[in-house]
Amino acid sequence: MEQRGCRRGSFQSGTSDEDLLEIAGAGGDLCAADDDPPLDREMAGFSSHNGGGMNGTSTMMDFLEEPLPGVGTYEDFNTIDWVREKSRDRDRHREITNRSKESTWALLHSVSDAFSGWLLMLLIGLLAGSLAGLIDISAHWMTDLKEGVCLAGFWFNHEHCCWKSNTTFTDRDKCPEWKSWSQLILGHGEGAFAYILNYFMYVTWALMFSLLAVLLVKGFAPYACGSGIPEIKTILSGFIIRGYLGKWTLVIKTITLVLAVSSGLSLGKEGPLVHVACCCGNILCHLFTKYRKNEAKRREATAAAGVSVAFGAPIGGVLFSLEEVSYYFPLKTLWRSFFAALVAAFTLRSINPFGNSRLVLFYVEFHMPWHLLELVPFILLGIFGGLWGAFFIRSNIAWCRRRKTTRLGKYPVLEVLVVTAITALLAFPNEYTRMSTSELISELFNDCGILDSSKLCEYVNDFNSTKGDDLPDRAAGPGVYTAMWQLALALVMKVFITIFTFGMKVPSGLFIPSMAVGAIAGRLLGVAVEQLAFYHHDWAIFSGWCSPGADCITPGLYAMVGAAACLGGVTRMTVSLVVIMFELTGGLEYIVPLMAAAMTSKWVADALGREGIYDAHIRLNGYPFLEAKEEFSHKTRAMDVMRPRRSAAPLTVLTQDTMTVEDVEAVVSSTTYSGYPVVVSRASQRLVGFVLRRDLIISIENARKKQDGIVSTSVICFTDYCPPLPPSSPSVLKLRSILDLSPFTVTDETPMEIVVDIFRKLGLRQCLVTHNGKLLGIITKKDVLKHIAQMANQDPDSILFN
Amino acid sequence: LFPQAPRMFAQSSRNSASPVLLLVLLGCVLCPPAQASKSSEDIRCKCICPPYRNISGHIYNKNVSQKDCNCLHVVEPMPVPGNDVEAYCLLCECKYEERSTTTIKVIIIIYLSVVGALLLYMAFLVLVDPLIRKPDPYTQPLHNEEDSEDTRSLATVPTLAGARANTVLERVEGAQQRWKRQVQEQRKTVFDRHKMLS
Repeated sequence: MEQRGCRRGSFQSGTSDEDLLEIAGAGGDLCAADDDPPLDREMAGFSSHNGGGMNGTSTMMDFLEEPLPGVGTYEDFNTIDWVREKSRDRDRHREITNRSKESTWALLHSVSDAFSGWLLMLLIGLLAGSLAGLIDISAHWMTDLKEGVCLAGFWFNHEHCCWKSNTTFTDRDKCPEWKSWSQLILGHGEGAFAYILNYFMYVTWALMFSLLAVLLVKGFAPYACGSGIPEIKTILSGFIIRGYLGKWTLVIKTITLVLAVSSGLSLGKEGPLVHVACCCGNILCHLFTKYRKNEAKRREATAAAGVSVAFGAPIGGVLFSLEEVSYYFPLKTLWRSFFAALVAAFTLRSINPFGNSRLVLFYVEFHMPWHLLELVPFILLGIFGGLWGAFFIRSNIAWCRRRKTTRLGKYPVLEVLVVTAITALLAFPNEYTRMSTSELISELFNDCGILDSSKLCEYVNDFNSTKGDDLPDRAAGPGVYTAMWQLALALVMKVFITIFTFGMKVPSGLFIPSMAVGAIAGRLLGVAVEQLAFYHHDWAIFSGWCSPGADCITPGLYAMVGAAACLGGVTRMTVSLVVIMFELTGGLEYIVPLMAAAMTSKWVADALGREGIYDAHIRLNGYPFLEAKEEFSHKTRAMDVMRPRRSAAPLTVLTQDTMTVEDVEAVVSSTTYSGYPVVVSRASQRLVGFVLRRDLIISIENARKKQDGIVSTSVICFTDYCPPLPPSSPSVLKLRSILDLSPFTVTDETPMEIVVDIFRKLGLRQCLVTHNGKLLGIITKKDVLKHIAQMANQDPDSILFN
Repeated sequence: LFPQAPRMFAQSSRNSASPVLLLVLLGCVLCPPAQASKSSEDIRCKCICPPYRNISGHIYNKNVSQKDCNCLHVVEPMPVPGNDVEAYCLLCECKYEERSTTTIKVIIIIYLSVVGALLLYMAFLVLVDPLIRKPDPYTQPLHNEEDSEDTRSLATVPTLAGARANTVLERVEGAQQRWKRQVQEQRKTVFDRHKMLS
């Protein structure tokens, strides 16, 4: 541990045990009567106080009007103090309201200040929607680039290339303008050699895209890899990670997300879109003073923008933000979040990436009824979803842990290339893995009509008995059987390859692969039930409601329910999942099956493992995230958790007016605590307040440079009325403005349940512990986290950050 | 708690102009793609009709508005006599589609140019930069990194970079050095020490 004077904290590993905050004794308001009487007002250099309660300015003190730059900000990898930020915002708001009565300009200013929140949401929605449109269009084009190119204009993908061509009914899926690579190079598209050439080009393009992606991430913005949701959850709960929501991260994440999705890897783009939207929110916050200076308000705003654009389901996005991502979600944020979501959805719709005014590729419109007996297969799908979710979380965490701790982590670029090569080699032969995962889901959700020519819809048609568009249950043709075993192979491949893909050093999301797994399983089960009902329509369970010639079973619905079940099993979403799924399908008829499957999968998955994938990653990385959903149920008390422990050295405190600059600098440099309590005197240990290390260092340095007469033997005074000193002594350094006069205290007998609750609800960073009114110790958020980990028999040393 | 709030008010009025400016800029950027989207070849109504009795399947395209997008308006010439039209039309599926080729072209070209620019910059940083930049000991990251965004840190070690660097080139270079150190620190955290993002 380096011990350097006035070192500003860049992140240091290994500071785990040393950031106990010093608690200065502070007795609180009860002891006001016993305080030393106010000092003589004719203290040299003190002028009278302004109405705003600021320190008096004097020529000798030279204390600036503005707060020093840097005071009130936080170091990297630290937790913010919500209480302080909220009170600063309230002060600011009060000041503006008071001044608004003075002049029209001030009134306009106060109105625009109130309006700035809505303007910010509007801008966030616009920017996020535009970026999502850009990502969608580019990803579509680049995915098709692996297979061929359009001669009518290289920027068209397969679907748009064939838009204008006149095709006949029998080959309505081919068109002359679209040339596959073998057609382009060899001149013809048939034969073994053409197949091998296509295969080779596919793998080459996939490798090129993923290599480019990982090089860009490594070279320009290493924070852009991964999904982003675990880190955003931690940031929104008050942690600071500088650069995680910055401009370069935004640009690189957008670009590399398109590359990663296009390379055929088994990942999705919803999770990274949340990160992109939060970056937009953070960057745009810098335009507004209200948000730029206040960390807590900034987090509220980015919570609002974060999720809404990702899925194209505005209500579901807001609920996802409420349920999964945000920590402190005041109701004001709900309304603003919805506004941002709508603006983003509207922007995306007007860019129209899919040509049909839809926001997501697999939007379906079903209106077929379902029967109560079908709940049995739906619950089976829920159980499958839960099992798969638990299996995936365990294996993915094990693999990521191996990546963190062994030599595997030293070769990120090679790892990405190997995984891409394996994925591409296995994916090309099977047409269901060769197409992009969104298209696969769209095809699986689709209900077969007369005009569908895909293999999955190759039923034995009896044209004489068809009436209109309503097809009855039919026997499966050979195409369906081929599709079934190909889909089963695709399922196995996707189940295993996603474990190694999620968490790699490229932007990777989880929604689409889990929905694909669930959709394949659902469709398989749906076709099986459909054929069962067709061939055995005289069984008791079917005869009641499924007569021959009627359309009873919809395999597309089973695929949807399976997708919801698997997604729920992995992320443990509840309400937001159901809302997202029914926003995707545009109908309320299927709420009951979706809820049944989601609930079953959550119960099964919770029985096998407590955490969802994002919480598991938070725990793997050791982020200081205080889980808001779990109850703390042990009977420990505050004195068991507080520092210093019984045998350790007593608390390092600063006194309110007897320490010199030299003493304080010695204390600061010999310890690494991020804050110190200030007491009245060492003998009494009565609490005055709490001062942060960073503010101390900045103020002292600034005073040494800019103020006259501040030397090492100057006394530091934290109160308004400093004791009189003999005239020959150097001038006093007043640091009243950086002292927090209302730190939270609990007594040592307070049960830890209440302490944990206080930390959660108020967003505290540290809490002082008193005994009989005298200061005894301190509890920081990290101590609380370690204690919870210990009580849960997990490794308390895995909590890394402060 | 903190007697600093009144000072913040003074700086806020300075910044009320910038969000308005951004809004105007964003409007200018978003307007052209929205206006340029309605070329005639980009909307159509597509009707697919399957084989019916002895008539083979056919696809009909016509440029009509959305309310006219049905079998009766689009399927011309009607292959079946009058009393069969309804049965035939029930089998046909008509969809209204529109797209904007300009938007697609613009977006793809923007995307490719950004990727190209990033690649060029990366090549420049890797190949050209070490040759033209003299190794300057004072700008090497010796101890702490400067904090990135909103702190103006007070350097404890007097560096040459802290001296008045007023020309634009020097400021750009200073910013670039800071950015490079930031990326290096991020890379260490994520790739080497594996402290974040597993």
